[in-house]
Amino acid sequence: MRMRPEPPSGDAFTLHKGRMHEAEGRGRRTFALFQALRHLGPLVWILPSHAPEMPMLRGLPRGVGERLHLLRPAGEADLLWCVEEALRTVPVSLVVAEPEKPLSLTAGRRLQLAAEAGGTTGLILIRQDAGCNATETRWACEPLASTGADSTLHHWILTKNKKGTFGSWMVNWNGASAAFHMVSETRERYEPAEPPR
Amino acid sequence: MALADARAICPELATRPADLARESTALANLRRWAGRYGPMVGTDGVDGLMADISGVPHLFGGEEDLRDDLQARLERAGLAAVSAIAGTRGAAHALARHGGGIVAEGRLAEGIGRLPVTALRVDQDTAEALARMGLSRIADLIPLPRAPLARRFGRGLVLRLDQALGAQAEPVAAEPEAPHFGVRMTLPDPIGLQSDVMAGLSRLLDRLCDKLAVHRKGARRVRLELRRVDRGTVQVEIGLARPMRDPKRIAALFAKGVDEIDSSFGIDALRLSAPLTEAMAPEQTGGGPALRHDDALADLLSSLGNRIGFDRVLRLLPAESLIPERSFVLSPAAYTIPEPAPHRAGTRRPITLFPPEHVAAACGTPPASFRWRRMRFTTLRATGPERITPEWWFDDPAWRSGLRDYWRIETTEGPRLWLFLTPQAQGWSGPEAQNWYVQGEFA
Repeated sequence: MRMRPEPPSGDAFTLHKGRMHEAEGRGRRTFALFQALRHLGPLVWILPSHAPEMPMLRGLPRGVGERLHLLRPAGEADLLWCVEEALRTVPVSLVVAEPEKPLSLTAGRRLQLAAEAGGTTGLILIRQDAGCNATETRWACEPLASTGADSTLHHWILTKNKKGTFGSWMVNWNGASAAFHMVSETRERYEPAEPPR
Repeated sequence: MALADARAICPELATRPADLARESTALANLRRWAGRYGPMVGTDGVDGLMADISGVPHLFGGEEDLRDDLQARLERAGLAAVSAIAGTRGAAHALARHGGGIVAEGRLAEGIGRLPVTALRVDQDTAEALARMGLSRIADLIPLPRAPLARRFGRGLVLRLDQALGAQAEPVAAEPEAPHFGVRMTLPDPIGLQSDVMAGLSRLLDRLCDKLAVHRKGARRVRLELRRVDRGTVQVEIGLARPMRDPKRIAALFAKGVDEIDSSFGIDALRLSAPLTEAMAPEQTGGGPALRHDDALADLLSSLGNRIGFDRVLRLLPAESLIPERSFVLSPAAYTIPEPAPHRAGTRRPITLFPPEHVAAACGTPPASFRWRRMRFTTLRATGPERITPEWWFDDPAWRSGLRDYWRIETTEGPRLWLFLTPQAQGWSGPEAQNWYVQGEFA
């Protein structure tokens, strides 16, 4: 049956293959590019044709630009059809889509099934609170101001997870290579201190 | 005569530049049609056709009837043409350019003797030299001794004379027909079911793909024309992301188009053609997983392109420009191959780029705080400026404001933005105000 437990993934940011995921917040495109680096193989990025924001080739991480296929369908129905078709294609590794409207339950479920059929990973970049129930995980991504001059901080919060726990990470990723650093947040301690030995 | 001289004589002269490409296409079409008068038809210069009609005239009732038939048909088509029939190619060429007619069997010398020597396909210098010698007609040349003629005017003249008189063989060189990639099928009874059309299509596709394989070609566009019983025609056309001749994969792309057609009272003829083909070398079947993945990706691009349009399935290609908008081009993925991005040098670039948006309430250089998209941002750190000058050889309306000084602004709110200032442009509210715009967002 399909309900076998999946093997534990490599680290916190690994997206399950054959599943749909969602990312929201200002840093969602950064998160999508971070995931693009971790998926080897052809990438498909689907934007509405009138979207002003375009990926800029010279700013993309190394090796992503030549694998990227950009689709600009004219309407919402075409966009969803493109997502489904791309998810069903086996060699595609990651499909990133930016729909205008929140996905309906039917659309979300269809995309989930398509991802399962093709064994591809889908990442939907959504507006705030426009998520769909069928998604496997949902990430809230925000860029963070950093005190150091050479660090680019990101705050990635896992707000929904069907097969695991939630989490919140501060990550220093410079947007060029796959390497990243976890940053521990400074905070006031609320648990009692360890007794001195 | 030069055009200027002609205009001087007749000021109302209407002139039109020659369209050589269309003329040669028209001649090629006429050559295909002329195949009804003989199996071997070749072009003769840029304005003539030469057909070998050996053994054909009796089918038309004799040479004269054949020529009448040809002239009548050309006249009906609106073409003014002169035709001639002779025993040799040279004689027919000469006669057709000097009035036309028929030279009877074995009377070549009498038939073309009255024509000027220029009719012999000799070059201008030889013709002038002959005229200086007083040899103006072909009949003057025939009785002359060959050796002095060849020594004086070159072997070319003697060769042309021999060819015209039949002493030297000269076959009609018909160029091979360009392969035509089209197959058709007519049905005894009309069909209307989608499955029937698809079955007919798959039979046609097998034949078309065999033909493509013989010529080592792959189709880039495939067109299916369906003729209905009421004489209406429906057409379904698909594009392919790369040259292909696999019947099953092409048939899959037709499924949507066939689903949408209106068959009304039924379809009784199918015609399948490949209007656009490209060279495609034979490839080994059942290749490794890499080949299968390439095929699957090409199929995806084909089906996406057929639904949303091939100009919307894009790829980012690097371009040689420092202007951010022109540092990459969006080109159709079906007609390009991926190129690796050039080595990254210089300052960082944003991950997303959008048309410049005006920033409000900016003061200072770089601005200490500003408003953009109804949000207030405070600058934490600014890197720059990087000055980019417009490319003077292009007149880009977006760059008419002159130089741009680009800054990477890290805000305390989080977003890292790409702002620029146009120092050469006058501000909206006065000469003191500054024009700040946002054009991109960094990772």
